[in-house]
Amino acid sequence: MDALSTVLVAMVAGAIRVSTPFLFVSIGECLTETGGRINLGNEGALVLGAMAAYACAYQTGNPWLGVLAGAAAGAALGAIHGAACALPRVNDVAMGIAVMLAGTGIAFFFGKPYVQPSAPHLPTLPLGLWSASPQVRSALEVSPLFFLGLLAALAMWWALRATRAGLRLRIVGDNADAARALGLPINWTRFLATAIGSGLAGIGGAFLSLSYPGSWNEGLSSGQGLMAVALVVFARWNPLWCIVAALIFGAAGALGPSLQTVGVTWGYYLFYAAPYVATLLILVATVRPGRALRGMPGELSIAR
Amino acid sequence: MASVTSVGEVAAGAGAAEAPGAVAPGRSDRWYPARRALEAAIAPLGALLVAAALFSVFLLALGKSPVEFSMVIWRGAFGSLFSLQNTLARAAPLLLTALCVAVPAQLGLVVIGGEGALVLGGLAATCAGLAASSLPPSLALLAMALAGTAAGAAWIGLTGVLRVWRGINETVASLVLAYVAIALFNHLVEGPLRDPASLNKPSTYAIPDKDILGPLPGTDLHPGLLVGVAACILCWVLISRTTLGFAARIAGGNLRAARLQGLPVGALMIGACALGGAFAGLAGMIEVAAIHQRANASLIAGYGYAGILIAFLARQNPLAIMPMAILVGGIGAAGGLLQRRLGLPDATVLVLQGFVFVSVLASETFFGRVAWFQPRAAGGR
Amino acid sequence: MGGFVGPTRRRVLEGGLGASAFALGLGTGARNAQAKELTIGFIYVGPKDDYGYNQAHAEGAASLKSLPGVSITEEERVPETDACEKTMQSMIELDGAPLLFPTSFGYFDPYMLRMARKYPKVQFRHCGGLWTEKDPTNAGSYFGYIGQAQYLSGIIAAHTTKTKKLGFIAAKPIPQVLINVNSFALGARSVDPSVTTRVLFTGDWSMPVKEAEATNSLADEGVDVVTCHVDGPKVVIQTAEGRGIYTCGYHVNQAPLAPKGYLTGAEWNWATVYQMFVRKALAGETLPNFVRGGLAEGFVRTSPYGPAVGEAARSHADSVKAEMMKGGFSVFKGPLMDNKGGQVIAAGTAYPETAIQLESMNYLVEGVNGALS
Repeated sequence: MDALSTVLVAMVAGAIRVSTPFLFVSIGECLTETGGRINLGNEGALVLGAMAAYACAYQTGNPWLGVLAGAAAGAALGAIHGAACALPRVNDVAMGIAVMLAGTGIAFFFGKPYVQPSAPHLPTLPLGLWSASPQVRSALEVSPLFFLGLLAALAMWWALRATRAGLRLRIVGDNADAARALGLPINWTRFLATAIGSGLAGIGGAFLSLSYPGSWNEGLSSGQGLMAVALVVFARWNPLWCIVAALIFGAAGALGPSLQTVGVTWGYYLFYAAPYVATLLILVATVRPGRALRGMPGELSIAR
Repeated sequence: MASVTSVGEVAAGAGAAEAPGAVAPGRSDRWYPARRALEAAIAPLGALLVAAALFSVFLLALGKSPVEFSMVIWRGAFGSLFSLQNTLARAAPLLLTALCVAVPAQLGLVVIGGEGALVLGGLAATCAGLAASSLPPSLALLAMALAGTAAGAAWIGLTGVLRVWRGINETVASLVLAYVAIALFNHLVEGPLRDPASLNKPSTYAIPDKDILGPLPGTDLHPGLLVGVAACILCWVLISRTTLGFAARIAGGNLRAARLQGLPVGALMIGACALGGAFAGLAGMIEVAAIHQRANASLIAGYGYAGILIAFLARQNPLAIMPMAILVGGIGAAGGLLQRRLGLPDATVLVLQGFVFVSVLASETFFGRVAWFQPRAAGGR
Repeated sequence: MGGFVGPTRRRVLEGGLGASAFALGLGTGARNAQAKELTIGFIYVGPKDDYGYNQAHAEGAASLKSLPGVSITEEERVPETDACEKTMQSMIELDGAPLLFPTSFGYFDPYMLRMARKYPKVQFRHCGGLWTEKDPTNAGSYFGYIGQAQYLSGIIAAHTTKTKKLGFIAAKPIPQVLINVNSFALGARSVDPSVTTRVLFTGDWSMPVKEAEATNSLADEGVDVVTCHVDGPKVVIQTAEGRGIYTCGYHVNQAPLAPKGYLTGAEWNWATVYQMFVRKALAGETLPNFVRGGLAEGFVRTSPYGPAVGEAARSHADSVKAEMMKGGFSVFKGPLMDNKGGQVIAAGTAYPETAIQLESMNYLVEGVNGALS
């Protein structure tokens, strides 16, 4: 395998690695928003999930228990957001930012003793065994969480389209009056969607601390939870497109070092900004005033 | 979105003296404005108490004394002249970035991109300061302020334009634009605009010493605090006492009705966004002129995001932004002392702020629900 | 209000030769007026236990606890904005500290200088700052020539590598970092001129995801020894160990993180500096304004050799180290070419670590693959 192909493989592997947390947070946010609520607090759920996962894995020695702990911590934070936003007149954008602060604060607070120790990492699947090159083999060690994320996205897509629960969620998110007419429990549905969505974000965080980069410290997240909102818009509230969006945003983040390897060194900040500019351009090209963004749940507070 | 005055208030103007407890038929409710003001104060105060109680439980579970904690917070936030100035200095930029959210909010827009406007405003102000370095200080500072406000106004104004022209949601657009702004800022500061001598902390050139905004005499505070206070008062006047503000609030309340009335809703939206962005850009300019003297990564300090919360805590009322900014500034100011005296990590401040924000934002639900605070129906029961 | 934006910090090596010093004014704070205890303030830009830059300082500070009559007060995660001014002021006004150590480069100008002018009786010593005679005399700076230790790391790395490819993950292309990169590469090339060093810049001091990506990129390329200059090397070291390649540490000893692959490392030994300052302060002597030192002075040290380091490597590195201890060893001497083919140091010129020309380094030496921008 020649050098160029090795680099390409490495880039793909890097994109997969960096996009896994994006994948989880975006489908989590997608679920929440399909129910008609926006949750900016998923950044807090991500960080809290990362810390809880790391701490649990360290204490119990089992990284999979850590993933569960991360999901639980994220879901708990989401439950707070869900419960608070169920109260009438509470603005979910502001509450999300407040929850993000609280979650991040709690994570940093309890995470202090875990910065030094090393928790066991999640195992990886060796997908590169077909290659003779040791570089390719170690580059293609993919975390099973990536595939879990793909499965979750597929399952969510199918569930939203084809199950009654999914239909109920969509009605609740699109038209509250219709939901009431049908006797659907609006607040409870949204609460569940918020909690589960944040639980998924927590798993994304667990990936960061237990797999890649595989360490807990306070600079772990680069804002993936907040970016998820843009990702979901990019993906038009379709979990399958969330996969694509996550790969694109993740690839942009991963490419910096790889490109330096092939000699492209200028403007790495601009690379970072590229997916956002792309999101904006797509929005400009496809949205028209008066006609809501296609696919946007009608009850979202930001859908006006 | 909450508005400052209401139709009920206007209607409760004239009225004769009220018999205790009874509402005579045909009389209007002259105590309503007072009750409404009380409601606006009680709900957040109650929420603060709840947050304090919950946080005390949190502390007790950790084996720390809530009483000691409150004493350290008091000492660090207000308890000495130094602490008080520390709090006010922290509150100063927050006043302006909160306005960046509160002004567009009058029209029902939720703009969260103040961080981007602040950093670009700071960068533009630095460039203007460098270009105007041969002018006398007052002119140079004026140029810097103009550049900063223009850059901020343009950036958030862009959000408004996208909303009006394309119907793109301003929350998403402003968030995305904030990321773009920060990336652009970093690229320019470390690249084309970089001062070659700033080898180890990439920055632009420094503005000349004569143009530095010095502290107010006798204090450690820079004029940014006064600018922020003036801006808040100005906005309050604009929103509640002028026709323009009234038009904006109507549009914020009911877009369709406003359009039917012929109000220039699009222009109002873009204008409100631009004005909000101008304030955030001005905050960036003040940060450069008074504190950093150059544009570098120190400018990206999270003031924009803090401003969002303060604006919501203040229920988008520019006057209420002032005490809220002081509250948030005070908690932040006490953070260092908490670390040193109680051995608590600095994240404690984040947790406390999180509890406070969640409680106060949740308390919004009580508005309009407790009957005592509501306008009484004129015309008896 | 923090938590959203990553902390940034810088450090630097600075030239210039300070001369004067000032007596320490004791009893400047109400709190300590009666107590005979000297309160020393430390300000860190990141967490104290980051297995990196801040931990190195915290360990140095902790070494002061054993001195009688000394108490330390520390604050961590203080950003490089006017918040650090407030922290310094708070330590002076509320804790009565007469001696402060702000440890992050970005605290120096204008924040610490402003505080130094405002409180002439308080002594400020900054890590890495560019103190010159024009600055207030109650301020000063200290730093260590860690490039020497990186040179030794490079020697060990070159002996151990099988692919002849080394990797360096750096935050930003500033002189202090470049000195480290070049020293490492020169040390490696002194063993074998065919060894190359690939440098990757992550863009900021603490970017765990990018650091992990960079490590993987290097490993994919065939690099088998990696080192770094970022604030928290933990991610790099752990990721490298996970990929099965060797590592050289930085700031503190990261050997516990990489039991198989850790070769050696370039560490700070701030205890030397802090104890010197504090002993002088306790004795009432004037504090020096400009303090620099390298291996010989005990400001920096190398980590103990790991299990993978061979005999030849050990003896080579030890002999060079002995030369450095005698003083006068120049890592940077001519003729020296940069990696673009130009000559940066003429034949016959040698720059000891104290040379001022090194502080404006803006090149990568021959044998380093990478670019500054």
